[in-house]
Amino acid sequence: MLKRSAPSIRLDNLTLSYRRHPAVHHLSGSFQPGSFTAIFGPNGAGKSTLLKGIVGLIKPDSGRVALEGIGRNDIGYLPQQSALDRSFPMRVLDVAAMGLWRKAGIFSSIGRRQLGDVEAALAAVGLTGFEDRIIGTLSGGQFQRALFARLLLQDTRLILLDEPFTAIDARTMDELLGLIARWHGEGRTVVTVLHDLDIVRERIPETLLLAREKVAWGPTVDVLTDANLARARRLHEAFEDNAELCEMPA
Amino acid sequence: MALYDLILGPFLEFGFMRRALMGCIALSISGAPIGVFLVLRRMSLMGDVMAHAILPGAAIGFLLSGFSLFAMTVGGVAAGLLVALGAGAIARTTPLREDASFAAFYLVSLGLGVMIVSIKGSNIDLLHVLFGNVLALDDPAIYLIGGIATVTLLTLALIYRLLVAECFDPGFLKSVGGAGGLAHFLFLALVVLNLVGGFNALGTLMVVGLIVLPAASARFWSESVPGQIAAAAVIGIGSSLVGLLVSYHAELPTSPAIILAAGAIHALSILAGRHGSFASQALRARHLRG
Repeated sequence: MLKRSAPSIRLDNLTLSYRRHPAVHHLSGSFQPGSFTAIFGPNGAGKSTLLKGIVGLIKPDSGRVALEGIGRNDIGYLPQQSALDRSFPMRVLDVAAMGLWRKAGIFSSIGRRQLGDVEAALAAVGLTGFEDRIIGTLSGGQFQRALFARLLLQDTRLILLDEPFTAIDARTMDELLGLIARWHGEGRTVVTVLHDLDIVRERIPETLLLAREKVAWGPTVDVLTDANLARARRLHEAFEDNAELCEMPA
Repeated sequence: MALYDLILGPFLEFGFMRRALMGCIALSISGAPIGVFLVLRRMSLMGDVMAHAILPGAAIGFLLSGFSLFAMTVGGVAAGLLVALGAGAIARTTPLREDASFAAFYLVSLGLGVMIVSIKGSNIDLLHVLFGNVLALDDPAIYLIGGIATVTLLTLALIYRLLVAECFDPGFLKSVGGAGGLAHFLFLALVVLNLVGGFNALGTLMVVGLIVLPAASARFWSESVPGQIAAAAVIGIGSSLVGLLVSYHAELPTSPAIILAAGAIHALSILAGRHGSFASQALRARHLRG
């Protein structure tokens, strides 16, 4: 499935902010080719913001995101569920088929072979038989499975997941984690925002501990130490409403 | 022969009735997908806003060259696009939300429009612009409506997938490099075109009814986007037919009759539609095992 080399993401002194308050502050480092990294940190630590910055949904205030080995449209991005309109009258099949965007484009119709691919992707996430269900009738877990089927079909070499397991039961999470591990095994670069410490420890080899700034970044065992976690909490509490101008060079 | 007199006669005997019907059918077919997307995007009231916004453009056209279809159309389209682009741009670049931004633009636009019409024309002219005269559609007006319907359907066929994706998951479009913003503006432009096409027939205010009411009713008859579009077109055509006939036989004003017919179908849909209506909630079939 995957022939070209895995992509990497380099962050150079990256600052992303909302109304001048930085959500990600002077962050530098790299997601290595083929790595599987969790972004972990307290609420408001800039985890989702960082993903949006990588995808290009938010423009950096300063610094830059360098995608190496891929283009902007070779990113599979799973947003938080709240960013989607689940009342929109789409079928499960339609949601998954959005993943064919790069191959089918805006205009061309989806052929029989591609329809077969969609069926296979739905089968892989355990949604066979749900093709014609309207998404508004799905449970949170089923809907997330449909979005994973879309990611499967997007077949991108870089995959960014924003809290993929919020409000999802243990079995669904286990199956989806298996799917993510398979992507990692195929040499794709995977980055996921998570806030379940145990899952990160058990299942994800690398971690970026973020509290607006980088607290630690590397192998999960080295990053998630008590000292680092305490420091993340401290840094996070330092956020001020009346902060002064940041004098650090951009 | 009572049925003939009731339904077929008026259209077979009078050219103005046939033209009115053709204009309304074209508007209904073209307005159906527009209305459905407006409703799905929670922009139903935006149709109203845009209808007010095109008024000063049409009025300036009227001021310059009287009752000229061409001048009023060009003016209406220009004013509509100006408001759509201006309000859309402000909503995307400042914290002001889209609804507030559009409201601000259209209120100014409406004030300007009424001012211009009052300076130049009489109240009767103002009434014509506001409420139209579907029984006075001439050939150029029919061609205009037909042309706008053609452009609308072709454009929507091209940007359909973009629009659906933009409604459901705007972040996805951006992440795959799709032009969601472009689709949004093209869609707003189509809204403007349809309103301008319709205001000769039904007037700037009433035309919104023929676009939004059938779409809001269609929600009760189908759960899919294509199904809702088809249902909205059928409901629009039905309302036009009923409205025209009622207005003919009872000698009532035409465009309100059409809109009221659409309103009656809407009430019927709420009461007895297949999905989510009162009847379907009351008569819910017994639940399944799994």
